[in-house]
Amino acid sequence: MDNLIALLIAAPLLGAAVLLVGGRRLDAVGHWIGTLLSTTSFVLGLVLFAGLLGKDAENRTLTQHLWTWIPVGGFQADVTFRLDQLSMTFVLLITGVGSLIHLYSVGYMEHDERRRRFFGYLNLFLAAMLLLVLADNYLLLYVGWEGVGLASYLLIGFWQHKPSAATAAKKAFLVNRVGDMGLSIAIMLMFTTFGSFAFGPVLSHTGDTSEGRLTAIGLMLLLAACGKSAQVPLQSWLGDAMEGPTPVSALIHAATMVTAGVYLIVRSGAIFNAAPDAQLAVTVVGAVTLIFGAIVGCAKDDIKKALAGSTMSQIGYMVLAAGLGPIGYVFAIMHLVTHGFFKAGLFLGAGSVMHGMNDEVDMRKYGALRTYMPITFVTFGLGYLAIIGFPFLSGFYSKDAIIEAAFAKGGTQGWILGGVALLGAAITAFYMTRVMLMTFFGEKRWQPDAQGHEPHPHESPKTMTIPMIVLAVGSVFAGFFFHLGDRFLHWLEPVTGHSEGDSPIGATTITGATLVCLVVGVGIAWARYGRKPVPVVAPRGSLLTRAARRDLLQDDFNHVVLVRGGEHLTRSLVYVDHTLVDGVVNGTAAGVGGLSGRLRRVQNGFARSYAVSMFGGAALLVAATLLMRAV
Amino acid sequence: MSFPLLTATAALPALGAVATAAVPAARRTAAKWLALVVSLATLALAITVLIRFDPGGDRYQLTESHAWIADFGVRYELGVDGIAVALLALTALLIPFIILAGWNDADPLETGSRRWRPTQGFFALILAVEAMVVISFEATDVFLFYIFFEAMLIPMYFLIGGFGDRAHEHGEAAASTQRSYAAVKFLLYNLVGGLIMLAAVIGLYVVAGNFSLQEIAQARANGSLHMVTGTERWLFLGFFFAFAVKAPLWPLHTWLPNAMQESTAPVAVLITAVVDKVGTFAMLRFCLQLFPEASKWATPVILVLALISIVYGALLAVGQRDIKRLVAYASISHFGFIVMGIFAMTSQGQSGATLYMVNHGISTAALMLVAGFLISRRGSRLIADYGGVQKVAPVLAGTFLIGGLATLSLPGLAPFVSEFLVLVGTFTRYPVIGVIATFGIVLAALYTLVLYQRTMTGPVKPEVSAMPDLRVRELVVVGPLIVLLILLGVYPKPVTDIVDPAVRQTMSDVHTTDPKPEVEAAK
Repeated sequence: MDNLIALLIAAPLLGAAVLLVGGRRLDAVGHWIGTLLSTTSFVLGLVLFAGLLGKDAENRTLTQHLWTWIPVGGFQADVTFRLDQLSMTFVLLITGVGSLIHLYSVGYMEHDERRRRFFGYLNLFLAAMLLLVLADNYLLLYVGWEGVGLASYLLIGFWQHKPSAATAAKKAFLVNRVGDMGLSIAIMLMFTTFGSFAFGPVLSHTGDTSEGRLTAIGLMLLLAACGKSAQVPLQSWLGDAMEGPTPVSALIHAATMVTAGVYLIVRSGAIFNAAPDAQLAVTVVGAVTLIFGAIVGCAKDDIKKALAGSTMSQIGYMVLAAGLGPIGYVFAIMHLVTHGFFKAGLFLGAGSVMHGMNDEVDMRKYGALRTYMPITFVTFGLGYLAIIGFPFLSGFYSKDAIIEAAFAKGGTQGWILGGVALLGAAITAFYMTRVMLMTFFGEKRWQPDAQGHEPHPHESPKTMTIPMIVLAVGSVFAGFFFHLGDRFLHWLEPVTGHSEGDSPIGATTITGATLVCLVVGVGIAWARYGRKPVPVVAPRGSLLTRAARRDLLQDDFNHVVLVRGGEHLTRSLVYVDHTLVDGVVNGTAAGVGGLSGRLRRVQNGFARSYAVSMFGGAALLVAATLLMRAV
Repeated sequence: MSFPLLTATAALPALGAVATAAVPAARRTAAKWLALVVSLATLALAITVLIRFDPGGDRYQLTESHAWIADFGVRYELGVDGIAVALLALTALLIPFIILAGWNDADPLETGSRRWRPTQGFFALILAVEAMVVISFEATDVFLFYIFFEAMLIPMYFLIGGFGDRAHEHGEAAASTQRSYAAVKFLLYNLVGGLIMLAAVIGLYVVAGNFSLQEIAQARANGSLHMVTGTERWLFLGFFFAFAVKAPLWPLHTWLPNAMQESTAPVAVLITAVVDKVGTFAMLRFCLQLFPEASKWATPVILVLALISIVYGALLAVGQRDIKRLVAYASISHFGFIVMGIFAMTSQGQSGATLYMVNHGISTAALMLVAGFLISRRGSRLIADYGGVQKVAPVLAGTFLIGGLATLSLPGLAPFVSEFLVLVGTFTRYPVIGVIATFGIVLAALYTLVLYQRTMTGPVKPEVSAMPDLRVRELVVVGPLIVLLILLGVYPKPVTDIVDPAVRQTMSDVHTTDPKPEVEAAK
């Protein structure tokens, strides 16, 4: 059964190769080839899952060694895969949601002449993402890590005739590269510390080295996670990434790739457990992003950007939980999975709305769509209830568990983190209710688009609604299913470990407080967007709203400091290189050998003077050698 | 006596050059085919060398040794170690692609052109450069090496000065002036380097009494040849200076952007992917073996220069408006990595540096040759003259992107392996330098993706709207290079297996071992 692991990756990789190299003759069937290979991978995942379930909880780690990748001196990197409960969870999420989104894209991209290429990129993404979660060492993980970055780059910029899409794609790759620096340095630190960067040797020897080193490794891994998972301060790319086609936003920028940072931290749990300072940094990043994303989500009128803010915020929850250590690892992953269902569903719903509304994304131009798109309304609504943590839906269980874990951290830290998580729950309820009300309720606020086409909202085709329905079912039941008998906890515990922590307040109290926050958030949103009509033109808004619309001014900071500053730097360097470096070296040469005169002569056509100097040099050598022998 | 394989590998392109030059003026196409066949036959010989070479065997293999100028102790001595074999194979591999890519670059501009048989000359010069580069990799006699190290400047000079891009934004007269400026600058920089090296070569002879690399290195290693510290350092600097000009290392790099900008894309590849490698190769072979103590003495300064090259080259690449200049500055950044890997004095660094030379050759060839195809279609090197090419020529854009991704060392492609090895090899001994060098990976993404964005994406510019996609000949050039980039990215073992033993020997020449990890976690 171990031998099947590589096939998980091979199937979508084959798809990518065939679709991208195959050319136009595959245009007619390309999307089905892509969907088929994605589904193949999912079925293989199910087979492997059944196999794992048949084993004892302690023996559920399979490895498959393919070949020695880089053997240089003491530096050994292998192409080896590891399938355990953690990676299995990801495999099912990636291939399951991935296959649904492939199916959805068949309809969504129907009128795009480059649909085959789109499916090639989607398959490439799946292969890279599976490599990321199946790698048995950090360097191989790095290949998947940048592979998903490449797929993300290609897909964000898929409509690259739009300059905004091309810019967004480049930005995403660059910001991620800053994170990748962190991963590179972490691997180098592991190599100098442990002489290895494979999971086994590194994670089992954390006790043999100093806390300082582990803290350094942990912080570098956190930097990597910030890039990939759009956490503060490397979050700026995610909003722009919404330039990509909506299925991409659902799969890559909501359900799977952006959660890779959480995977990295949980996978490296042994390092963080032994480095409390690094853990603290992780929780701080998570808590800050949780609020940051939620605030941004409140201010956006673009439905996808509001959802993108929400994604940042929800991943903030996961990162916060991962930073709590064994108290939170399991719940971080559990929220990651339930979030995968409901956020993918929400994005697909948003795509369905856009599909029916001439690709309009401004929610101020929606309204009253519930009667025109009933399936979209219901599935989106269930996703909405799940994300705000409506009782007994998926988000209720997973988010509540994280809030409890945050309090269980104990001490002042526990109170602060728990308080932030509760506040986040209230803001989540607010902004998601706002999205819901502005899109599906109230008055029609539709307007003709730039070409004068009146929108005719309609329900989307079956290839699109079926994935939405499946994801809605997951959004409703997954949390309860995982929670029942602590199933998810028992499943993951052998890999991640688990401890209860000690909460200063009871679980029931926390659940009660969460529900109060939910009601408050929904209530405020209702008062502002439900009772009163939504203006088609956005009001000026408070200072905070205006800042939040601009991603809390972080982009402006980047632009002024990094972009402008960088431009000045490179321009002055070009000047310096041309005048100073070139000039000084030329000048020195001229001073030493009278070369400037020769330069002029040669330029005037005496090129062969070079030959003379060559012969002169050789003659000098011979003469000198003779002289030496004579002496 | 066995067949002199190494001599043959160098002699074949040399004879081919003469034969190509002798093809009558009217038979231009025949000359091209002749050059291509000769380069392929040379590749076959190089592959034979690769097969015959036993990585576990003697340090220098397939050796040939003949007295040459007995009075001065100059011998015709050839031999290859793993590093030389890898670079020999790279050279022989790239030349056919260079010839094929430059197939139409040297056709006479119009009838009655003043140039003397330019087509035949172009291909003959390329083969001549190949012959000299090959023998530079093979020579184990310092004098022999020096002769060809210098002599290759002559054909390169004519290739740069005589054959520019077909179209130029400021007209043919301006192009001609700029070309000869670039060619002369190339010549003078390298000539000065060479003359300084000449002094050091003489000095070495004075001290050692012969030119044999093996004899001197052995005598250095077993202590029978003692050098005064000062002497060793001066000799080292003399050699190093010449190699640093050729590599090129900051601040001796300014000839490269001019030379690459003005020459045709295939010649630019010849400069940066083939000829410049002799410089970094010679650092490994001559500087470290002949002057181990001085090499260690100079390491801190050289590492800092390499680091400056990495960051400075990348920043300059970001600021360029000319596609070829951009690639040239990117190469300067990459040469910084190679030099850093060599002088980090760790097995990862030196294996990585050697692998880097091979991978950089392939990736730069892929990027630069596609850039050349692009430039030949539009007649401009300026980035601003392009836009939206992806829409009209998707295959060209796709291959350009892959070349770019290789240049930014995307994991999965060959350059990642070598760049990471260099970084890790540097980091184990010099953590601060290793970390700063890591910024290079962000800057590489910046210059590559900005180039791609500005030329390939966005609305289609009217001037490129009729641009044809890659032709069959062009696909034959880039296709295999891309396949190699992927193959060596996922399975670099064949190259590291050859290079590794040679690197271990070099490490022992300089009396160094890798730093031990803090915890021995790997069993």
